[in-house]
Amino acid sequence: MASREINIWRSIDWMTVILYTVLVFAGWVSIYAASYDFDNASIFDFAERSGKQLLWIGLSFGIAFVLLMLEARMYEALAFFIYILLMLLLVATIFLAPDIKGSRSWLVFGPVSLQPAEFAKFATSLALARLINSYNFVLVKPVNFIRTCLIILLPMGLILMQKETGSALVYASLIFMLYREGMSGFVLFGGLCAIIYFVVGVKYSDVWWGMTSVGEISVLVIILLVIVGMLLVNYRDWIVARNAALIPAGAAILCYLLSLFGVVFNWAWVFTAVVAAVCLYLAVVYLQTRTRVLLVIVGFALASVAFLFSANYVFTQILEPHQQVRIKVAFGMEEDLRGAGYNVNQSKIAIGSGGMWGKGFLNGTQTKLKYVPEQDTDFIFCTIGEEEGFWGTSLVVLLFVTFIFRLIYVAERQRTVFGRVYGYCVASIFFFHLAINIGMVIGLCPVIGIPLPFFSYGGSSLWGFTILLFILLRIDAGRLEKY
Amino acid sequence: MNKDYNLEKRKFVIGGTVLAVAFIYLVRLFLLQVPDNDYKMFADSNAFLRKIQYPSRGLIYDRNGKLLVYNQPAYDVMMIMREVQPFDTLDFCRTLGITREQFDQRIRLVKDRRHNPGYSAYTPQTFMAQLSAQDYGRLQEKLYKFPGFFIQNRMLRQYAYPCGANVLGNIREASPRDIENDSYYIRGDYTGDLGVEKSYEKYLRGEKGVEILLRDAHGRIKGRYENGAFDEPPVSGKNLKLSIDMDLQEYGERLMANKIGAIVAIEPSTGEILALVSSPSYDPSQLVGRSRGKNYALLQSNPYKPLYDRAIMAAYPPGSTFKPTQGLTFLQEGIITPNTPFPCYHGFVSGRLKVGCHAHGSPLTLIPAISTSCNAFFCYGLKAMIDSRSKYAGTMEAFDTWKDYMVSMGYGYRLGIDMPSESRGFIPNSKYYSKIYGENRWRSLTIISIAIGQGEVLATPLQIANLSATIANRGYFYTPHVVKEIQDTVLSDDYRTRRYTKVSAANYEYIVDGMRAAVLGGTCRIGAIPGVEVCGKTGTAQNPHGKDHSVFMGFAPKDDPKIAIAVYVENAGFGATYGVPIGSLMMEKYLAGEISSERKYLEDNMLNANTMIFSGIKRN
Repeated sequence: MASREINIWRSIDWMTVILYTVLVFAGWVSIYAASYDFDNASIFDFAERSGKQLLWIGLSFGIAFVLLMLEARMYEALAFFIYILLMLLLVATIFLAPDIKGSRSWLVFGPVSLQPAEFAKFATSLALARLINSYNFVLVKPVNFIRTCLIILLPMGLILMQKETGSALVYASLIFMLYREGMSGFVLFGGLCAIIYFVVGVKYSDVWWGMTSVGEISVLVIILLVIVGMLLVNYRDWIVARNAALIPAGAAILCYLLSLFGVVFNWAWVFTAVVAAVCLYLAVVYLQTRTRVLLVIVGFALASVAFLFSANYVFTQILEPHQQVRIKVAFGMEEDLRGAGYNVNQSKIAIGSGGMWGKGFLNGTQTKLKYVPEQDTDFIFCTIGEEEGFWGTSLVVLLFVTFIFRLIYVAERQRTVFGRVYGYCVASIFFFHLAINIGMVIGLCPVIGIPLPFFSYGGSSLWGFTILLFILLRIDAGRLEKY
Repeated sequence: MNKDYNLEKRKFVIGGTVLAVAFIYLVRLFLLQVPDNDYKMFADSNAFLRKIQYPSRGLIYDRNGKLLVYNQPAYDVMMIMREVQPFDTLDFCRTLGITREQFDQRIRLVKDRRHNPGYSAYTPQTFMAQLSAQDYGRLQEKLYKFPGFFIQNRMLRQYAYPCGANVLGNIREASPRDIENDSYYIRGDYTGDLGVEKSYEKYLRGEKGVEILLRDAHGRIKGRYENGAFDEPPVSGKNLKLSIDMDLQEYGERLMANKIGAIVAIEPSTGEILALVSSPSYDPSQLVGRSRGKNYALLQSNPYKPLYDRAIMAAYPPGSTFKPTQGLTFLQEGIITPNTPFPCYHGFVSGRLKVGCHAHGSPLTLIPAISTSCNAFFCYGLKAMIDSRSKYAGTMEAFDTWKDYMVSMGYGYRLGIDMPSESRGFIPNSKYYSKIYGENRWRSLTIISIAIGQGEVLATPLQIANLSATIANRGYFYTPHVVKEIQDTVLSDDYRTRRYTKVSAANYEYIVDGMRAAVLGGTCRIGAIPGVEVCGKTGTAQNPHGKDHSVFMGFAPKDDPKIAIAVYVENAGFGATYGVPIGSLMMEKYLAGEISSERKYLEDNMLNANTMIFSGIKRN
């Protein structure tokens, strides 16, 4: 393996650097607009948030420069060390951090506060890349898969203990990386189904047809549709699929006729039995054909039913009341404009009142008059929506999409598994932040407090994202070195 | 390098997911931002506190420039419900002098949307109106303890004279119906009630201004929007100059003390009303401030109905003051000449029908008939007119011709005075009688009593005064009005256009002569004013419910008349006993400025007389 010196300034991915710079400075201007007060002095005033953010930006460029100057191989070499260091820091944070609104995630050093959770992202990504890059590592081997998952779950758990649910959930996004590295598509599909079951089940949990819960019956119907769909796509035997479809259809007609005669019963129980009947039928088919995919489908169906009946328990017993309300607000089950719904409602008013072209820079009343809470951190997107209108919001969304696509492109062109895994980690994390942050601001997701990368005010998150990104750029720039 | 191309395809699934989410978000953003929804309005109502700037209401002067109505400051306690934070309710109640129950009741009323349709927790609501200066002072000191409450300066009316209440009117809080009908008003605004305050409301109220303030999420005012570029200053209401002579009005009200009725005095050359007295009256200051509600209820329950403006709203039988209209009509239609005599032997007799009359010479012509107020003359005249088949095809045609004359002289319809709730009086037409008696089942004798202003005919004191002005003008009148000038505004042409009757000026001279003769040697002798040529006509309106009403109509001087007047005193007997003296005193007061010494006894009699006792109304 011949190593050769390269000129970092020629091999760095300039397009990503430019997108990064554009987003960071757009964020800076947005922070100025969001924290602008009527008697505010200057965008460069270091007493103001825009001034401080400029300082953080300057330091970020410094950090980026240092990261680019380091050897690419060093990241791979130090991956586990960095990971362990950060995990220790997370543990320490739980005990050292002061309680700020119920969360213990900020380490305070005099005037500066740091959130170690923001830095755990790149450390975890490096560790994952290093692990999966190991010689003869096959992700689908159960031992390997569990080791991978543990690396992900450790920081998640530690951050949950800091009561930073949002930051912990970010690690769930790494499922995309795992999928890319060979994890079964069923997991991704199952995750999607779980979200759909949860949304439908919870949203209609309070709607009743006689003694039947509309939420439960809807989810059961979806489960049956998914089974038939999987039979068609994965088993490719349309007669079996037809038979599997006929069982619930027949049952539904029978039930309907019975209800015409005034027989009252819980349809949810009937359809649970129908799912069981379909599973039984598929088990019989399996005994004849010995096709393993049938077992997977049966397992999937049973897991789905189990999930359905446990989701309600999870929702009411495990989630905290404020989280329940946030979810209900996002599903439109509750308005609560003064409490949990206030943020989202004011945020929608801010964005909605922007119109096509916006109210103009510094002319947003919703944000200037502080109607939107957290408007320079988690809800910064409102300022863009109100002052720059649909033009501005769609431009920001498209810039981010371009950015994420570029990251996927960069990840794919890596010649090492290490680089590719790390690249996908970076892309997944940015995508998750983008989707959840904007989703909550426009009322499509529950309010989960995570920042919009490069836009939300704060040194920790900006530095966290900068380190995450520039390590990838350094690895990418060095991809040619190894040959 | 181990490249698994099967796995590499998975980048499309991941990229596709990113695209799908981005697409959903862009659609959502588009739907939020671009179609016209209410978000802009919500944002504006969040951010902009539109603080209303109240204009000062127009002042009211009398014809001689005396200030009658002006403004005084008052203080309303306002509240913004969502800014109210826990406070010492007891202290608050004690400061305002209300009980805890009253406090709770007021809060309930403010929040009740049926009672207060425009309620919003975000906008200022009136908690308590019109604080006295002392209460205001006490509250002002402690206001910082009561977040969400503030004081708004308002204007109340102040009256310089305790009279003219029916003309001036007053102001009250706009009712839910006012607010519904006129978008100008919001809850807590004032609007004119009765009199010129009501009819000239649009001029008096001015234009409200608005100051747009920026309000942050905590309700704090953060300054003016665009430095006040979109603020609108209030525009003061227009001042009014009434045609009323306040001294004459006051004198009229004194003369009418303890009597029920009305006086209307008009300047014939302009139609301007000099005095518009309705009795019993009340002090307009009673309807100001917080005692308004209580006093208003008292006035409403008063059996003498002081709020009822008899001068323009009461429709009375005009009695003999109606006779000049008959003489004019007969002359113009050629039924009689000035020399046509009719007999009168204590009345008009036709078959079983008899209309009584008093002792005077017989037969007699028009001028003595007016001066002696002969009933028979006008009954014969009307009979001759209605039964004249040479002139009219039938009774109905004849009668409708008669009716048209009455209408041309201002009867039967509203004259159009610039005051609310004028009555139209009543002049029947042929259809009316046909409905009562049947088609062709009635004839002149059926309706003969209308010739002497009895029967179905009804007129307001204003219409009677207007007839007097018409006779004084010899054939035309201006629509009577109480407002002489509106600041910066040209008075409507309606009040500056002559309205001619159907009778020629020449025929009016005989009536004038008759009315002059009545004062010189007829029924109105007591109305003679030294040095002034007074013309007059008495009326004694029969009243089936009690004592007759005493009526007078007159003008002076005979040539170049300055004042025309009608006096109506309920249950006061003969026209000559109260109507004539009061009417002539009013004219003397207006023309000479004071009452001559030889008529002082008459003035004293009138000032002290009480005819209310004959009304049969019991004081409660």
